[in-house]
Amino acid sequence: MNAPVNVSGNVTERLNATGTTNALELRGVSKMFGALAALQDINISVKPGERRAVLGSNGAGKTTLFNCITGDFRTTTGNIRFFGEDISAFPPHERIRRGLRRTYQISLLFTGLSVRDNIYLSCLGVSRSRFSFLRARRDDALMASADNLVDVVHLSDDRHTLVANLSYGQQRQLEIAMALAGAPRFILFDEPAAGLSPTERRELVDILNGLPGHMGYIIIEHDMDVALRVSEYVTMMHNGQIFKEGKPAEIEDDPEVQALYLGGNDG
Amino acid sequence: MAAVEDISAQETVEPRGWIEGVPAAYWLVGFILLVMPTFASNFVLFQIFGWTFILGIIALSLMFLGGYGGMVSLAQMTVAGCAGYMLAIFGPSAITGISMNWPWYVAIPIALALAVLLGTMIGWLAVRTDGIYTIMITLAIAAAFFYFARQNYVIFNGFSGFNGVLPPQLFGVDWRGPKAFYYLTLFWATLCYFAVLYISRSPFGLALQGVRDNQRRMSALGFNATAHRVAAYAFAALLAAIGGILLTWQSAQISPGTAGIGPAIDILVIAVIGGLRHPIGPFIGAFIYVILKTFALDALVAVGLSGERFQLLIGLGFLIIVFWSPDGILGLLARWRENQGKDPLTDRGGDAP
Repeated sequence: MNAPVNVSGNVTERLNATGTTNALELRGVSKMFGALAALQDINISVKPGERRAVLGSNGAGKTTLFNCITGDFRTTTGNIRFFGEDISAFPPHERIRRGLRRTYQISLLFTGLSVRDNIYLSCLGVSRSRFSFLRARRDDALMASADNLVDVVHLSDDRHTLVANLSYGQQRQLEIAMALAGAPRFILFDEPAAGLSPTERRELVDILNGLPGHMGYIIIEHDMDVALRVSEYVTMMHNGQIFKEGKPAEIEDDPEVQALYLGGNDG
Repeated sequence: MAAVEDISAQETVEPRGWIEGVPAAYWLVGFILLVMPTFASNFVLFQIFGWTFILGIIALSLMFLGGYGGMVSLAQMTVAGCAGYMLAIFGPSAITGISMNWPWYVAIPIALALAVLLGTMIGWLAVRTDGIYTIMITLAIAAAFFYFARQNYVIFNGFSGFNGVLPPQLFGVDWRGPKAFYYLTLFWATLCYFAVLYISRSPFGLALQGVRDNQRRMSALGFNATAHRVAAYAFAALLAAIGGILLTWQSAQISPGTAGIGPAIDILVIAVIGGLRHPIGPFIGAFIYVILKTFALDALVAVGLSGERFQLLIGLGFLIIVFWSPDGILGLLARWRENQGKDPLTDRGGDAP
């Protein structure tokens, strides 16, 4: 496994620049599906600009955690604060409008639309003109933002390509562009490297490391290589609970983690 | 996922200018419609085309909800009926004991506003359901409105409703005269048609289609899917209300039967026959419906069958079209275009991708 590398910028400087309130704070969050406890007493604090990886085996509760944070699932107990504001009772769109974004494990894209139009819709969702009955002008600012994001995720040559005609890897890149639309403050990436080729993974790492310093994120990733290269703190989950937290190097060297997830001391 | 209107595709068309982008056949249809009164009889103008345009507008409101929003409402005729009733109540009619006899420029905006309010309330209730349940809840509302109007004599004048509800004599024109009424309905049908076409490509229209295709994703992009759906009901109600006012003027009366369950289902039949994929579909469906409704009786009598069975012909026509093309006449046309020039042996060629 490659050694973890520093992500862009110094985290302390970024924290000082963005204030000390936690970007995301979960207190006593649990989620029950009938008798099954998908999440149990989760407590997480993420500083603004912090990049964190959430790791764990299948069924550990990682995606359920994301669904609770975005409001797709209502938590059974506990509360969620986003930049100091309690968003526990907010519907998903209200959380998004406050600067929270997410990508999905399985790409949820508008396959009948072009790449740029998918991103345009993402920009539109957090703009005041989403209810406008007037068609966008050719020099529309949102369209310009969409064009810019197309370049950020290296899809410039496929700007007008229908999403249905993109490769799987390109669709994952588009998912990231959609999450970046409308000046997000915090992003949840759900397995963005799943199904990508080694080249595409390298591109993904470049994109994530190239994000503006104030933009924090949590990334769920099974590929430890990717996860540890793009994060500065790691939360390990097991059976719906937080099992271990620490810096990438600490997690990598932890014997319990190695025994459970990394297959021994061969790292 | 159904394709949302591709706004990038407009870019390739717009530089040519929208006039050049309109096919010649459409210009021809427009020209024929404009000069129709020079050669068509009053019956054709008033009864066939006037009625077609009116039913087309009301069905267009359903097409907007169903085609772009994925919501099939059976209450669009109820909204149209409400507008007609409000016009009769606030404006002049032969029922002087109830009608307030306010001038048209007051009565029409009030009628439109109250009908839109009703449509919005129906939407507010209906968007909490999906699929068959939306159909059921809107059907229940349509039935409730019908029975309420029939049993209420204080406001709705019960079973009889209102007669003598006539359009205003503006600019010295009798707007219920066949030619004037033809142009009046043609104007509003054209306006409503282009309004829907335009809005379908606006941010609101795009978002509505996005909600139809993937509501969860749209919420994750910051869209309030429920609010978008309710707003779509409000806009559709405005279209239905315009149709309702024209319908009331055409028959010069409004009664519970106008907004009954039968007419409510007829609007669905019209929209489905024409096709829900494009705003022109409801007008094609309305034309077929009006032709069948007007001439089926004579056709049946001519072949020695009971004229009362004319609804059977409409039902059979509906069955055949839906069986062969769930997308209605527009679906048939699209398939015909795709297969045009296709080699029957190799199945290659034509416009199909």
